[in-house]
Amino acid sequence: MSLWEYANPVRFLRLSAKAQPVLWVAAGLSLSLGLLWGFFGTPDDMRQGSTVKIIYLHVPAALMAINAWFMMLVASLIWLIRRHHVSALAAKAAAPVGLMMTLIALVTGAIWGQPMWGTWWAWDPRLTSFLILFLFYLGYIALWSAIDDPDTAADFTSVLCLVGSVFAVLSRYAVKFWNQGLHQGTSVPVATGGRTISDVFFYPLVLSMVGFGLLFIALVFLRTGTEIRQRRTRALLARARRGG
Amino acid sequence: MTLRVEDLAVARGGVPILSGLSFSLRPGTALALRGPNGAGKTTLLRTLAGLQPPLAGQIHGAGEAIAYAGHADGLKAMLSVTENLTFWADVFGTSDIAPAMDAYDLHGLADRPAGTLSAGQKRRLGLARLLVTGRAIWALDEPTVSLDTQARSLFADSLSAHLQRGGSAVVATHIDVGLTLEELDIARYRAAPDLRAGASDEAFL
Amino acid sequence: MKALLLRDLRLAVRAGGGFGLGLAFFLIVTVLVPFAVGPDPALLSRIAPGVLWLGALLACLLSLDRLLALDHEDGTLDLLATAPLPLEGALGIKAFAHWITTGLPLVAAAPVLGLMLNLSVSGYAVLVGALLLGTPALSTIGLFGAALTVGVRRGGLLLSLLVLPLYVPTLIFGAEAARRAATGQEAATPLLMLAGLTLATLALMPFASAAVLRMGLR
Repeated sequence: MSLWEYANPVRFLRLSAKAQPVLWVAAGLSLSLGLLWGFFGTPDDMRQGSTVKIIYLHVPAALMAINAWFMMLVASLIWLIRRHHVSALAAKAAAPVGLMMTLIALVTGAIWGQPMWGTWWAWDPRLTSFLILFLFYLGYIALWSAIDDPDTAADFTSVLCLVGSVFAVLSRYAVKFWNQGLHQGTSVPVATGGRTISDVFFYPLVLSMVGFGLLFIALVFLRTGTEIRQRRTRALLARARRGG
Repeated sequence: MTLRVEDLAVARGGVPILSGLSFSLRPGTALALRGPNGAGKTTLLRTLAGLQPPLAGQIHGAGEAIAYAGHADGLKAMLSVTENLTFWADVFGTSDIAPAMDAYDLHGLADRPAGTLSAGQKRRLGLARLLVTGRAIWALDEPTVSLDTQARSLFADSLSAHLQRGGSAVVATHIDVGLTLEELDIARYRAAPDLRAGASDEAFL
Repeated sequence: MKALLLRDLRLAVRAGGGFGLGLAFFLIVTVLVPFAVGPDPALLSRIAPGVLWLGALLACLLSLDRLLALDHEDGTLDLLATAPLPLEGALGIKAFAHWITTGLPLVAAAPVLGLMLNLSVSGYAVLVGALLLGTPALSTIGLFGAALTVGVRRGGLLLSLLVLPLYVPTLIFGAEAARRAATGQEAATPLLMLAGLTLATLALMPFASAAVLRMGLR
């Protein structure tokens, strides 16, 4: 039993059908619990007041915006190396979800920034990096929809994803170099294992992060299933045409 | 060099169209591909030329020995006939374009920009390009399109001279090129509707 | 390889080849800026490095859809792919020809336009140097975008959408170097970053583009 067995579309659909109800329920529970706890169960921040509570949307969305791209990168590599169709379609399915996560992060950031920094938008390195990420998602999705042959489209978008990842990282450093920025430090620095916010805010935040993660996985499962069924319809139609 | 094709299968747009195709082409012989429109002649030629990978099977002896001439001639409208031909000669590492100019009677057009040529004249220039590649195996896709009778006989002469020099050719054509060629009816190798091996859609059926 | 370079250069300068279009576009964009922001010399002087870089970038972008699309339409790419020349080399040469016909004239014109935008005296050398170092990256990154969109009908807009985010680091380092020099700061760091970026794209992009093109031809 290896992971690669799920590269078979039929097996993947079977797994997806089994996993999806669990994922949706788990995502719904952790999201609603995390968000409700975050909004109503935590005290206002001393300096930021109640505006701080947007953190429960902003931080998980930003986290998933990056992780979605990372997942697409891994899926693209798997497609280029092992040519598993499910992998290519999963990358395709994840892109619009990642785009929406980026958009949520940008919008909530603007709403949070207005009372905090006194401006809706600032050319702060982090915001700018997310804007660039947003453009990468747009380009990736546009390229998928511009090419007719699904395998060629998968090839092209995979290479774009690889090259784009390199340039996204480059842009991140270029942007940091260009403007030092207003944005506060990361809330949950994974590398150091420490954290910059206190426990009361931290636990509901972790819960919403888990919820966003599960929601992302459930959406990718759902959308990948749709993509697989579309390809299957296409293949069946092509076979019917050849069979006469 | 002998071109050998073994149990070849090719696909167009992820759908297998030919399978189980085997033939060999000795130096000095030419093979005419026959078959109705859409049978896969162009796809087969592009596969032989290495422009797309075969679905299954092997091709021996093509690689750097094959010169491909498709529907488009790869001509630049703003370059003269001589410049176009010299460019391709340089790319393929040969230098003398005079024999090619002779073979297709292009001397009178030498300084005309390719953009001002008629369709038949362009085709002649496109076919002359094959001579400057210096390659032994020609893969020709409908070479006689828009050629008049006289130009067609130029082509027939050039092809038979090529065969006499020990070259060979695979020609996809509907019409008689004026030479007796071995024929291969590729309609017989039409991929069965239930053939699944290797096609990209296979995984979804 | 030399033949390909000469052919591309010759095509660019012949009538209808598009040589000079990028330059004219650069000129017009730069000349339009004072109409848009007002004639205040201090303001123009402040924004001059950025405007010149942006103008160069857009002029470069404008000519990218001719880089491979024309050769694709007339079948040249198919024939080049079967030629003894490695496709990576051929594409590298095409990007080089694009740079000579688009990037280099922009570099030459930048000081004159800088004069019109009241660029401060200390900025000229670094501006030209930064453009000289950075425009090859614009051509090679553009080559990759052109390879991705070569088979797409009316791919020009898609090409811009794909290439613009990839241009961000080049633009930042290039304009930053020119800006720092114009305001009297040291500009060595962004110039070095820019040079590194250009070298990396020169080394990698022909390979990525050739890989994409081979996938697309089949």
